[in-house]
Amino acid sequence: MEHFLQLLIFGVQLGVIYALIAMGYTMVYGIIRLINFAHGDLVMIGAFTAYFAARVPGVGFVPALLAAMLLPAVLSVLIERLAYRPLRGRPRLSVLITAIGVSIFLENLPRVIPFIGPNYRSFPKLIEFREFPLYGSAIVNSIQITNVIASALLLSVMVGIVRFTKSGRAMRAVSFNKDAAALMGIDVDRTISITFFIGAALAGAGGVLYSLTYPMIDILMGVWLGTKAFVAAVLGGIGSLPGAVLGGLLMGIVEVFATALYSELGYGAGFIVLILVLLFRPEGLMGKPTIEKV
Amino acid sequence: MLLEVKDLRVSYGAIEAVKGISFSVAQDEIVTLVGANGAGKTSILRALSGLADVRGGSILYADRELRGVKPHEIVKRGISHVPEGRLAFLNLSVHENLLLGAYIRNDTKGVEDDLAKVYELFPRLKERARQIAGTLSGGEQQMLVVGRALMSECKLLLLDEPSMGLAPILVAEVFATIERVRRMGTPVLLVEQNANMALSIADRGYVLETGRVTLSGKASDLAQMDEVRAAYLGE
Repeated sequence: MEHFLQLLIFGVQLGVIYALIAMGYTMVYGIIRLINFAHGDLVMIGAFTAYFAARVPGVGFVPALLAAMLLPAVLSVLIERLAYRPLRGRPRLSVLITAIGVSIFLENLPRVIPFIGPNYRSFPKLIEFREFPLYGSAIVNSIQITNVIASALLLSVMVGIVRFTKSGRAMRAVSFNKDAAALMGIDVDRTISITFFIGAALAGAGGVLYSLTYPMIDILMGVWLGTKAFVAAVLGGIGSLPGAVLGGLLMGIVEVFATALYSELGYGAGFIVLILVLLFRPEGLMGKPTIEKV
Repeated sequence: MLLEVKDLRVSYGAIEAVKGISFSVAQDEIVTLVGANGAGKTSILRALSGLADVRGGSILYADRELRGVKPHEIVKRGISHVPEGRLAFLNLSVHENLLLGAYIRNDTKGVEDDLAKVYELFPRLKERARQIAGTLSGGEQQMLVVGRALMSECKLLLLDEPSMGLAPILVAEVFATIERVRRMGTPVLLVEQNANMALSIADRGYVLETGRVTLSGKASDLAQMDEVRAAYLGE
């Protein structure tokens, strides 16, 4: 029981990070039906931003986190503007391939930037590490608490924006039908930019929280992390915000339990769950079934 | 003239859907464009809203050119377009749909008043305010879309096939609403396949055939013409 609880804590700690990153995949997919392959790399850029920000004297966790959200967010808006928008209305495959290109670019650009480079770096201790007994031998530490609180806060703010603000209403309208949304006076391009901005900010935050947990960062860290968060988004039902949270948590918990069971199984377990879920619910756990228009 | 369209040409890829059409709408007028499927009616409305690719001609609205203006800017200038196939936001609640109709407005008080007016006009919508629009019947969705357009405080209303797919009793209700809109001082440009109904409420009409205007004049005169009756009124 104590062991189970301990594993659950680890699982949730990882799961909230997947949820943050999955949210960006699902939002962008929701609004322009694009799997943004470059999304995972924004996680890495977030982690590096916090890494450099923390070198500035006096910069603690919160300012570093904010910087790590802002830079990927601005970058993501630029990427959409320069790479994806010119392809609006073109076959979806063209945009998808462009996204893969952007991803390769983002992974390799820092390699040639002198002060970044391809090496692993150890991430600064932005949160003082402390442990608290929880139940029996199960303990919870300050980083786990930070992860859960920060993610819960960010996800609630984001869901609040989408559900209750005018911009959020515009996002949902654009996601349903761009032309109809434009006829309401909604600036479709701007709404799409806002979506990319928010999604990337969450990815940047995810990068920081991940680096607190596993304090080794490198320029390819976003590849696996992004892939797993993408799986989480599909698992939960791509396009569904609660689905991204559920999928992320499930992914994290399954991964930790599978690793505890048999360490080689960890990485694969999420995919096994994905295949099982998609066999019985192709639209994902909380996705809506759609009819593909031919 | 509030709206003055001259020699408008619209293309979809290589296909020219509108081949040089001129028409106008004055203040307080209901003008209808009638014609069979493929005559270019929808393309004309999409061009007016900035959604279609205009290849030639000019669209003067309140003495300013609309060509090249972005769709959301055109809405801000006062043109509200209810597209074909209704297009209520089926993933949003009835209430949210109506609020989107007032998206460009910042006068909270005025929006609330208009919301109350729309609910008065369509009590069914009030009953279903919190429901997701996707759960409404076709007729209720049409009411929602018309109600949404009324929320925009528009100066010109473009309606594309508002009667499509509706039961006759609802068609009558929609047309009564259109007349009410005009009485409130908003001119309407109405595109219809149901030429009979359209000509019965319109002041003037244009008959379209494969991207060209073949006849135009007072709606009551058009409704009497043999060629119109033969082609569109099923006689």
